[in-house]
Amino acid sequence: MTQEPRTDAFVAFEHVQKSYDGVTLVVKDLNLSIGKGEFLTMLGPSGSGKTTCLMMLAGFETATHGEIKLDGVNINQVPPHKRGIGMVFQNYALFPHMTVGENLAFPLEVRGMGKDEREAKIKRALDMVQMGAYANRRPAQLSGGQQQRIALARALVFDPKLVLMDEPLGALDKQLREHMQFEIKHLHESLGITVVYVTHDQGEALTMSDRVAVFNDGRIQQLAPPADLYERPENSFVAQFIGENNKLLGTIEELTGDRALVRLATGELIDATAVNAREKGGKTLVSIRPERVEFKPEMMPPGAHTIDAEVVEIIYMGDILRAVLKVAGSDGFVMKMRNTLGQTKLTPGQKIKVGWHPQDARALDP
Amino acid sequence: MAEAPTALLTTADGRPLKAALATAQARARRRAFLLVLPLLAFVLLTFLIPIVYMLKRSFEHDGFASSAPALVAWFKSNPDFDPMNPPEEAYAALVQDLARMQVEKTTGIAGTRINYSVPGSISLFKKGAREAASLTPPFKESLPALDKEWARPALWRGMASASHVYTAEFYKVALDLKLTDKGWERGQDNERIYLYLFAKTFLISAIITLLCLLLAFPVAHLLATLPMAKSSLLMILVLLPFWTSLLVRTTSWIALLQEQGVVNNMLVALGLLDDSGRLAMMYNMTGTIVAMTHVLLPFMILPLYSVMRVIPPSYARAARSLGATSWTTFRRVYLPQTLPGIAAGSLLVFILAVGYYITPALVGGADGQLISNLIAFHMSKSNWSLAAAIAGMLLASILLLYWLYDRLIGIDRLKFG
Repeated sequence: MTQEPRTDAFVAFEHVQKSYDGVTLVVKDLNLSIGKGEFLTMLGPSGSGKTTCLMMLAGFETATHGEIKLDGVNINQVPPHKRGIGMVFQNYALFPHMTVGENLAFPLEVRGMGKDEREAKIKRALDMVQMGAYANRRPAQLSGGQQQRIALARALVFDPKLVLMDEPLGALDKQLREHMQFEIKHLHESLGITVVYVTHDQGEALTMSDRVAVFNDGRIQQLAPPADLYERPENSFVAQFIGENNKLLGTIEELTGDRALVRLATGELIDATAVNAREKGGKTLVSIRPERVEFKPEMMPPGAHTIDAEVVEIIYMGDILRAVLKVAGSDGFVMKMRNTLGQTKLTPGQKIKVGWHPQDARALDP
Repeated sequence: MAEAPTALLTTADGRPLKAALATAQARARRRAFLLVLPLLAFVLLTFLIPIVYMLKRSFEHDGFASSAPALVAWFKSNPDFDPMNPPEEAYAALVQDLARMQVEKTTGIAGTRINYSVPGSISLFKKGAREAASLTPPFKESLPALDKEWARPALWRGMASASHVYTAEFYKVALDLKLTDKGWERGQDNERIYLYLFAKTFLISAIITLLCLLLAFPVAHLLATLPMAKSSLLMILVLLPFWTSLLVRTTSWIALLQEQGVVNNMLVALGLLDDSGRLAMMYNMTGTIVAMTHVLLPFMILPLYSVMRVIPPSYARAARSLGATSWTTFRRVYLPQTLPGIAAGSLLVFILAVGYYITPALVGGADGQLISNLIAFHMSKSNWSLAAAIAGMLLASILLLYWLYDRLIGIDRLKFG
């Protein structure tokens, strides 16, 4: 999924390739444009090339081929300290032998800034992350969340236009992580900076980003806003990587426009939207989100195909009920039901019929 | 809790909780103690007791006190005698003791003891003892007539001092003080061998420590940053010297650096040196420094490596991304974090270098000898007490260094590996 270089691109990767050993490519022909003020997340499993891309942008790795441009200027040959890019590291990388204040002063001192200006900027940056009272502490005396805030303040204190974040919230517990996601997002909006964020946590990617680039096998599999990514995955990797997903393997029986009728291996017919499997008689993997599966006939569109299902297990999860169903011969099919007052109670062993809106079932590459 | 806080807590069967806890822990403690007992015994027997014994020897010598009872008794009853002009009774006691030494064959040890503070006393005592029986009173005249040295005030001071079994005399000698007719005085500048050698030992050790640090730093950094397979190989190369005899390593330096050695031959063959102008790199201070730097290098590399290994590369990256040049990054971010390793390595190398014996003995020649060679020299001459006094001073100065280090940097920050 490549994209034509935008003319207003603030950061641009153009045909970038990267190999560490000269045998395999870690990044294969990457083309990516990031607009000014955008919050772009690189999401992918480990080894997908996302961190390598970030390191190339920061200047710690050199591209084997292609160009990386920042504000229209090729920066392939610019050393990291001249790029003026703020960076937040996974383990925070706060200098342990310096106090919080000295850590924040470091980027200003190396830029030759005077003492008064320095102090003002440090104070502003610390206040920004609500850590104003901690300037004289050592990083080791702070909690993980506090260190995270300081790392953020240090990356922002010299007013960079671009900030890179390499799984910055990976070491925090769930609650703190969600809180920090909100704070980072808020800082991004109020400062108008461009953020490139790397994570393997899809929830993080969906909540924070303007656009998400899903990486796998050295390529961007899909580049889209979070809602598009979740609701309209373009291939089966994205569908499986983002959120929970039911997969049904079958053959395309009929194709009318975008509407496809898919015959499963066990003989049943289901509705789907053809996405990147658009050949009559071709194999396809139909992907349906568990929360879009319906078992009440009145919720389904008229004429929708239904399919027999047997309830295997009901898991109570508080806000939702999760039904594991046996569908088309395999028992890994999941349906999510809202735990409302009038919700029909299903019991294991019960036989039901399930169906869905055709646009919620996406016929993808097998 | 509802229970009264003042009530003594007891176990279920009514024993006080504290006593029960102590009994329960005492068993575990006894077992732990038994485990370390062999090591404790070993350290005690082979390390602490010899050191204490050595320190005792540096204060104690009964060579004169035990073989001259009459004179010892006289010194005891006349502590304030005038060494410039000792009375007849003192001479009489001395002659009596000399005759006794001749019979008991203790002239040698008595003379040796006096010889520490008054050189030349051994032959003086031998001669005196031989003639003692034939001397006639007044001894104040007949003994100096034999040898006028017998009337020297310094000798009388020396004998008075040696009449005590315990004495600080050896430390005075080791501090280059001289017993003159007027008492202990600072010796001439050209006679102050011990302090000079102490200073030289510390200076050379400092030079070696610095050289080790300069050489070890990049190697340790490589070790810490190379991929596993390569760093293991490099580590073997670093440890290789440990598996080779010290003697072999030192001798190979002789083969390399001596006047007809490999390095000189190569320089001459390349025309960089004239055949008559071969460099003297062996049997002098250069030889000592080169060989000892090589021998002690691993002791610097290992503590440095252990510290550098745990410094995440992201610190350097963070510094670079914040706008620091590679030099600033090294100076302000990397170097400060390696300080515990630098301190540990330097302390280790310096202390080892200060007490090093075999390498300077083999390659040092006359110029490159260190204080330990002097200790060995005195031991070979059976001057145990003087050797012990110098060793005691060495020990004291190292303890002082250690104390200073603890005050300045903190022992708990050391990282040896």
